[in-house]
Amino acid sequence: MTEMIGSFRRGNNTSIIGVGALTAVFLFFALLMAAFAKDAGMEYQALTFLVLGGAFLVGTALWAGGLVDRDPFDESEYENTLVKFGVAASMFWGIAGLLVGVVIALQLTWPNLFYFPELGWTNFGRLRPLHTSAVIFAFGGNVLLATSFYVVQRTCRTRLAGGMWPWFVFWGYQIFIVLAATGYLMGVTQSKEYAEPEWYVDLWLTLVWVVYLLVFLGTLWKRKEPHIYVANWFYLSFIVTIAMLHIVNNLSIPVSLTGSKSVQVFAGVQDAMTQWWYGHNAVGFFLTTGFLAIMYYFIPKRVNRPVYSYRLSIVHFWSLIFIYIWAGPHHLHYTALPQWAQTLGMTFSVMLWMPSWGGMINGVMTLSGAWDKLRTDPVVRMMVVSLAFYGMSTFEGPLMSVRAVNSLSHYTEWGIGHVHSGALGWVGYISFGALYCLVPWLYRKKGLFSKSLVEWHFWISTIGIIFYMVSMWFAGIMEGLMWRAYNEYGFLEYSFVETVEAKHISYMIRALGGTLYFAGAGIMAVNLIRTALGHGEAKALDDEADRDPYAKPEPRGALAPAE
Amino acid sequence: MYEILSSFAQTGGLIYFVLMFAGALAYALWPRNQEKFDAAARLPLEDGGPHNGQ
Repeated sequence: MTEMIGSFRRGNNTSIIGVGALTAVFLFFALLMAAFAKDAGMEYQALTFLVLGGAFLVGTALWAGGLVDRDPFDESEYENTLVKFGVAASMFWGIAGLLVGVVIALQLTWPNLFYFPELGWTNFGRLRPLHTSAVIFAFGGNVLLATSFYVVQRTCRTRLAGGMWPWFVFWGYQIFIVLAATGYLMGVTQSKEYAEPEWYVDLWLTLVWVVYLLVFLGTLWKRKEPHIYVANWFYLSFIVTIAMLHIVNNLSIPVSLTGSKSVQVFAGVQDAMTQWWYGHNAVGFFLTTGFLAIMYYFIPKRVNRPVYSYRLSIVHFWSLIFIYIWAGPHHLHYTALPQWAQTLGMTFSVMLWMPSWGGMINGVMTLSGAWDKLRTDPVVRMMVVSLAFYGMSTFEGPLMSVRAVNSLSHYTEWGIGHVHSGALGWVGYISFGALYCLVPWLYRKKGLFSKSLVEWHFWISTIGIIFYMVSMWFAGIMEGLMWRAYNEYGFLEYSFVETVEAKHISYMIRALGGTLYFAGAGIMAVNLIRTALGHGEAKALDDEADRDPYAKPEPRGALAPAE
Repeated sequence: MYEILSSFAQTGGLIYFVLMFAGALAYALWPRNQEKFDAAARLPLEDGGPHNGQ
């Protein structure tokens, strides 16, 4: 205890006290909510927060006490430990989320085998949001946290701002994930797709997210480079826009301050429009701009060539930002939403095709002059194939947003196929590529444990994606056509259950595809863990000058620093 | 009142966004910025650790 006070007294650790105090305040509120909980869901959630937040507080105190005279936030070094935690969390949540995906695919395929009425929390309705949130927010979110912290430091040539606060962002985000996930399993949900967590979890995430924004801005503020590299623009747009979307779409009034239920402020078509403004921009600013930031840093870095056109990257950024935000209404064709708004959404969605492809071309053409790396480096191949999937799904998306096409595709498996070609192909592969880059860089190894395991991962997963996509195209177009088929008397040709039955074989192929993709992620986990441990080809770097195997070390001051 | 507000938001918003976007485009395509962009594009490749005390 005296040591802890001693280390605080030196004055450079105020951020540790700040994080501790803020966490303690929330623990106090959680204690009150647990004590006076109106429903079982709230009681469990408050207790979960007490356990996790308490563990964070105690862990921080013990760690700070053990510092003695060491400065944990040494400005002459980058914050790498946090990025390592982020990589581990990404891997963990990625595998968890993909596993739940396989389970719900099996439930849809063989509902008699995978239905357990005595275990309510295993119901498809509970597990489906668990899957989507786990892969998007837990896996994708942690990849974005880890890579943004890595990239912003290196392109600003400065350590992360805020001392302990970035750690608060990381652990606060993990607590958010656990609260959201356990809530879904207990049936605590506000029933908004991709925004299921209830009001108090939303408030906690808002706090974590604002701190994330401040840490990111603070790092940009103290940068030692005059220019803010384009990847940081993409990360910043992701952080700012997600804050805005999250707050507006979750405007709700709790029924009780100690109860888990809340009521939305918006109603009817306004609520629907807000929800899909949020929903589509979660695709645009979480799953697109965030991962484009990864593309703009990791592809040039990995192939050791500057991005194909920096000018194009700026035009790409601003056109994407200006257009994406309007595309949401294409989720509400043929609804109570006024038709002009539907048309507006459709028009902007079609326009979006151009910036999307501009960005894709910029990423792919970065390999110009180094095309052999597609053959020799499976990590580069993975990232470039992710761009191919990005190009494909950003062509398919505008097509499906056209009202006439949407009348066939909406509510069918085509939508599921479209989402997964983007999620598995684009988001998944660019993330895996970044993780394969990061682990040897962070642990200072000459390479990955095994390059051939990356090949196995790549091919098994790619076959998995193709099974998934093709089966869902087939099922979606088939059921769309069956739903609109009339017989010669003007009656519907098929009953609904016939259209479900017709998809059975497609469902089996989809479950196989998902299982293959999951297996690929398992192979990656083994490879990354053994890389960190220094097994196989992952030999330690011994030469200080050889610190980063993919960078050409240049003397300081090659570019004029800002100060 | 609604008409005034909506025309301000619609027409004004359109002009504002078009001008902003035109500004971004001009910045990206301005010939004199080429050198700056060339240097910026090399930023990820020239990482020698954090710069301190400069």
